[in-house]
Amino acid sequence: MNSKTQNKIAIGGLYGIAGLVVLILLALLGYILVSGVPQLSWHFLTAPGKAFLKGGGVGIQLYNSFYLLILAMLISFPIALGAAIYLYEYAKDNWVTTTIRTAIEILSSLPSVVVGLFGFLFFVVKLHLGFSILSGAFALTFFNLPLLTRSIEDSLRTISDVQREGGLALGLSRWETVTRVILPAAVPSILTGVILSAGRVFGEAAALIYTAGQSAPALDFTDWNPFNISSPLNPMRPAETLAVHIWKINSEGIMPDAKAISSGSSAVLVIAILLFNFAARYLGKRLYKRLTSA
Amino acid sequence: MKEEILTTQDLHLYYGDKEALKGINLNFDEKGITALIGPSGCGKSTYLRTLNRMNDLIPNVTITGTIKFKGDDLYAPSADTVQIRKEIGMVFQQPNPFPFSIYDNVIYGLRIAGEKDKEKLDAVVEKSLRQAAVWDEVKDHLHESALALSGGQQQRVCIARVLAVSPEIILLDEPTSALDPVSSSQIEATLLNLRHDYTIIIVTHNLQQASRIADRTAFFMNGELIEVDQTKNIFMNPANKQTEDYISGRFG
Repeated sequence: MNSKTQNKIAIGGLYGIAGLVVLILLALLGYILVSGVPQLSWHFLTAPGKAFLKGGGVGIQLYNSFYLLILAMLISFPIALGAAIYLYEYAKDNWVTTTIRTAIEILSSLPSVVVGLFGFLFFVVKLHLGFSILSGAFALTFFNLPLLTRSIEDSLRTISDVQREGGLALGLSRWETVTRVILPAAVPSILTGVILSAGRVFGEAAALIYTAGQSAPALDFTDWNPFNISSPLNPMRPAETLAVHIWKINSEGIMPDAKAISSGSSAVLVIAILLFNFAARYLGKRLYKRLTSA
Repeated sequence: MKEEILTTQDLHLYYGDKEALKGINLNFDEKGITALIGPSGCGKSTYLRTLNRMNDLIPNVTITGTIKFKGDDLYAPSADTVQIRKEIGMVFQQPNPFPFSIYDNVIYGLRIAGEKDKEKLDAVVEKSLRQAAVWDEVKDHLHESALALSGGQQQRVCIARVLAVSPEIILLDEPTSALDPVSSSQIEATLLNLRHDYTIIIVTHNLQQASRIADRTAFFMNGELIEVDQTKNIFMNPANKQTEDYISGRFG
C-alpha cells in the first residue's frame, strides 16, 4: 500500500470518528431539547413544584441553582485566583509547588459524589451547617477550586513574559506588575474560564444531593431579609437545585407529570449551560477586542 | 572630563556553572550613546541586563563584582530594584506595549506611582511621545489600543513609556532587530534626539547602526570586554586584532 492511500484511509478514519462524536452529541442534545422544549412555559419556569399533583414548575429550583452558583463562585474565585497567581507568578519550581500541583490534579479528578459525601460529613454533620445552601456552596467550592485554579493559571500562562519584563523594567514591583499589567491582560481569558466552570457547577448534582439537600421549601420572593427562613437569600435553608431535581423526580417522583417535568428541567439545564458557553465565547472575544484593537 | 554615572568593576556572571561574563570593567559617562557589539552569545545582552538587575528574574544566576550607579552599589543588600529600574529604564528586542491604550501605556509608570493630576499626565504623555518621535503619528488616537500600531510605532511608544518615568539611563536590548529598515531608522533618529539628555546604552547586532549613532562602542567576545573606545576609533582604527576581524566581517 503506498503512502497516498494510507493517508486517505487515515483521513477517512479520522473524519468518521469525528463525525460519530458529533452525531452522538447531536442525538443527545436533540433528544433532550425535542422532548423538553415543549414543556417549557413561563409558568413552568417560575411556579413552585408540586409533590403530588400535575402542573408544578421548577421556579424555586432554578432560582436555587443560580443562587448556589453565585455563592460558590464568590467563595471559590478569590481562592482560585490567589492560588493561581501564587503558583504561576511567584512560586519557584520545587517540591512544594509540585506537591500543590499534584494535589490540585487529584482533587480535580475526584468523583463529585465523593466530594458530596465529604461535604455531608464535614459541613452538614461536623460543622452543623445542616442541609443548606452554605454547605452546598462549600462542597461546590471543593469541586470547582481545582478546575478554576488550573484554568486561571493557564490564562496567566498565555500572557507573554515580555509583558512581565516590560512592567518590571518600568520600575513596577512584582505585585504591581501582576495586578496592573498581567491580570488586566488576562481578564478575557480568565472570564471565559470562570463562565465555563460556572456551567459545570450549574449542572452538578452528586456533590449537592447530600449537602444542599433534596427539598425546596417554598420561598417568599417579597422577603429579602436573609435571616428569615422563607427568604430567597437565606443561606441556611435547604435548597434543591435543578440538576438535583432532575435526579430526584427520576428516582422517586410521584407527581403524575414527572416525566414531563424531568424533560423540561433537563432542557432548561442544557439551554442554560449552552448559554453560559456562548456567553463565555462572546464576552471573551469582545473584551479581547476592546483591549487589543482600536 | 564628564562625570561617570555608571561603573562596573570586575563583573562576573554565572548561569549555574557556566561563566557568561568574565570580569568586565566598563564605565559610562553621563549622556551620550554607547553601543555594545559582538557576536551572538558574547555576553553583551547579559551584561546589559545586569545594569538594571533584570537578571534577578532568572533562577541560578550568580553575580560577583561591583556595579555602581552614581556611586551607589546596585547589588548592595539595601538596594531597591524597583527604584533602580525607575532610574535605569529598559527597552526590549520585541516591542512589548501593554494591551491598553497608547495613553495608558505611556503614563503607566506614573499612574502606578500615584500621579492623578490629569493635566500633568496629559503633558507627560505629549512630551514623552514627542521625545520618542512618535507624537505626530499617534496624537489623534491616543485612546486606541497600542497593539493596533505597527511594530516600529509600538517600539517608539515603549521608548516613550520609559521616558515618562524620567530615568537617567536607558538600556536598549537590540531594539530594532525585530523591525523593518524604515522603522529602524526612525528609532535611530529618536535615539540621536535623546542622546543629549540621557545616558543611552544599546546592544546591537547591526554594526552600521552602531557606527551611525554611537559616541562610544564596546566590543564583547566570549564573555570578555575586548575593547572600548570612541566609535570612530573602533571602526577606523581598532587597537585589537579581534575587533578588527569582527568589524571587517571576518567572523560573527
